[in-house]
Amino acid sequence: MQTRLNLDPAVVREARELAARAGQPIVEMARTHTTVSVERAVLRLAGLQGADPDGMPWVNRLVDAVRESTGLEHGVALPAWDALLTGGHGDLGTLAEAAAQGKVKFRLPAGDDAAGARAAAGAALGRGIARIDANRAQRQQMIEETSEPRKPWIYLIVATGDIYEDIPQAQAAAREGADIIAVIRSTGQSLLDYVPEGATREGFAGTYATQENFRLMRAALDETSRELGRYVRLTNYASGLCMPEIASLAGLERLDMMLNDCMYGIIFRDINPRRTFIDQRFSRQIHARAGIIINTGEDNYLTTADAVDAAHTVVVSQLMNEFFGKEAGLADSQLGLGHAFEINPALPDSFLLELAHAQLVRELFPDAPLKYMPPTKHMTGNVFAGYLLDAFFNLCGVMTDQSILLIGMMTEGIHTPFLSDRDLALENVRYVRDAAGRLGESFVPAPGGFIEQRARQVLGESIELLRRINDESLLGAIADGTFGITRRPADGGRGLDGVIARADGYFNPASDILEGASQIGGAQ
Amino acid sequence: MTGSIVRPYGDTTGDGRVQVSFTLPVPFGTATERARAEGAAMQLATKMGLDPAMVVHAKGMGPDYTFFVVYGRATHLVDLSEVTVTEREFPLLSPAEVNLRIRTGLGRKLVVVGACIGTDAHTVGIDAILNVKGHSGEKGLEYYREIRVVNLGSQVAVPDLVARARAEGADAVLVSQVVTQRDAHITNAQEMSAAFDAAAGELGAPGRPLLVVGGPRFDPSMAADLGVDKIFGKATTPGEVASYLAYALAPTGDDGASADEESAPMAEGAAA
Repeated sequence: MQTRLNLDPAVVREARELAARAGQPIVEMARTHTTVSVERAVLRLAGLQGADPDGMPWVNRLVDAVRESTGLEHGVALPAWDALLTGGHGDLGTLAEAAAQGKVKFRLPAGDDAAGARAAAGAALGRGIARIDANRAQRQQMIEETSEPRKPWIYLIVATGDIYEDIPQAQAAAREGADIIAVIRSTGQSLLDYVPEGATREGFAGTYATQENFRLMRAALDETSRELGRYVRLTNYASGLCMPEIASLAGLERLDMMLNDCMYGIIFRDINPRRTFIDQRFSRQIHARAGIIINTGEDNYLTTADAVDAAHTVVVSQLMNEFFGKEAGLADSQLGLGHAFEINPALPDSFLLELAHAQLVRELFPDAPLKYMPPTKHMTGNVFAGYLLDAFFNLCGVMTDQSILLIGMMTEGIHTPFLSDRDLALENVRYVRDAAGRLGESFVPAPGGFIEQRARQVLGESIELLRRINDESLLGAIADGTFGITRRPADGGRGLDGVIARADGYFNPASDILEGASQIGGAQ
Repeated sequence: MTGSIVRPYGDTTGDGRVQVSFTLPVPFGTATERARAEGAAMQLATKMGLDPAMVVHAKGMGPDYTFFVVYGRATHLVDLSEVTVTEREFPLLSPAEVNLRIRTGLGRKLVVVGACIGTDAHTVGIDAILNVKGHSGEKGLEYYREIRVVNLGSQVAVPDLVARARAEGADAVLVSQVVTQRDAHITNAQEMSAAFDAAAGELGAPGRPLLVVGGPRFDPSMAADLGVDKIFGKATTPGEVASYLAYALAPTGDDGASADEESAPMAEGAAA
């Protein structure tokens, strides 16, 4: 696409180089460490499901048992498949059950035993990842059978807490025009160090992300996609302490988009920075393989900080998310970088500022399916003014060619949207899309004018911040409260005890396949 | 005083005109269905005290629901002399106002230690109050520049909580209890307050921090029985807790102070 802001390509290149330099040490750390959740994801990809009578998943029980006896420095796979082969356990499920009862003696096998365990684990993971590949192909086939919705895709949220209530609401929303359904998770699921099991009917302001809930919702939306002749995408949240596992479940159950930010959990949920970055890399490798579009969470920064003053922190975070995403194998078309329409409407020229920010992001990431979030902070309870603000958000979205519009509700901040709130919101976006959908092609900010200058200013501030981050390291910058407003030291927060340095000979058959070190061939 | 009886105001004094919108689970497809739907809306409007009422807009939403906008004349009168105002003992403040009040009234950061005690592993409540993420559109206490938050998480033993509160110099201790089996939330809270009382009674000990408990099953009027300073019940928002802490711990004669910190640069950080 042509540039409308006359950005200096050398400056844009410098911004990317600075982001890469800041991110590289984090990648090194992720390559040399694993986490309990990465190891549990390996078991999930190998097909281990279910939970003990207390609801603790077998993947947790098995990983904990291995950690207690041999440690996880070499990964869970080698000791687990060795025990499976030599201990006469039928499958991972019975092995986990026996291990939970303390009846399994794990060891680090050597020689032929090690080779046997590696081969068996590799074959099991090959089958799991082949299922992800098949899901990706099936998504493509479904899109061909139905159709690809035109952009911007309309993104709507359901959040009843009960998957069986969510399903009809999601289907109704799709019929009303939603292209993407996001099932909001139960508050605090990101802080659970396990993934709940089964279909769930109770949640706090949202519905638990479980494999069965994923499966039920995807099946329902397949039915609706066929009915509508339009592929309806399903979104959930690969964030929090179980990021790698949830990403794996998403791949196994053909979810289409996942919230997956590199720093959100650190800043907003006080999850340990190291844990987050290590988990993030593995989860993004899965998403890359599964053809899942990630959504990043930069919009959140603007709910805590001022949207004008902090505009450059959004760009910096997007550049970091892009670097980490591409390093993990994601294509540009999978980078749903986030931003938001959160400038105080009382500010003069606020809409021009929004246009400048949105167009800047569009031009920095021309091939990314950008996710644009509606106003929340300045929705006051005056629903009439809120409806107007949402219309301006929609207009900015179509003028600057945003790819995914999360639909704003005029009752934002008052209650879970009424049926009528959602219907009015869709009417709003339909009107703007039909009336002004092609306005973007005629939107050329005046050279040297206010919008162009503002975009350059934000890019300049982004470069300054990236330089500062490079001076002290990304972990140092996070510890100093550069993003969001909260200081998060590298050794603070939840989940650090689940981080393990890899030993020489660390074996992760999922990573081997995802990173291309081994092929699936012959595994099926 | 121009009399205590008033009516809604449309464009003329006393016209009583109001606007409402609502959805009924009735279809709006065929002509018969439409007439029935509008009749249903009129019936509801009349029962709500709108007479005459006028359905100005009706729209089917999917096969089973209809949305209405109705204007009408409210037949009810408002008697201002019967309006009662329940006063919260503390004013509800914005984050900027809370910060300002702490800065001027306390002169340093306010230290909050939070935990779930006993066997309770449900941190959803305490996290919703403390995490930046917050809930109901309000940021948690970590968001407040002048509040330093130490969140100890779940299943914290009372002696550990007392020790940590002292080590951190806690001004306030927030305890969340969700599990109510055999009234565990009551006994845990009593045990906690007794332990803080005992610790404060030791020679040379600093004063007892402000004790605040919260959870969906607590009765907010039972603070004295539990030996705590304040109880927050269901649906409490972080802003209410922050306002209370500022009110209780940062006394100032100036509750109406305004502040414009919302636009302060993010890099300054909230927590020390």
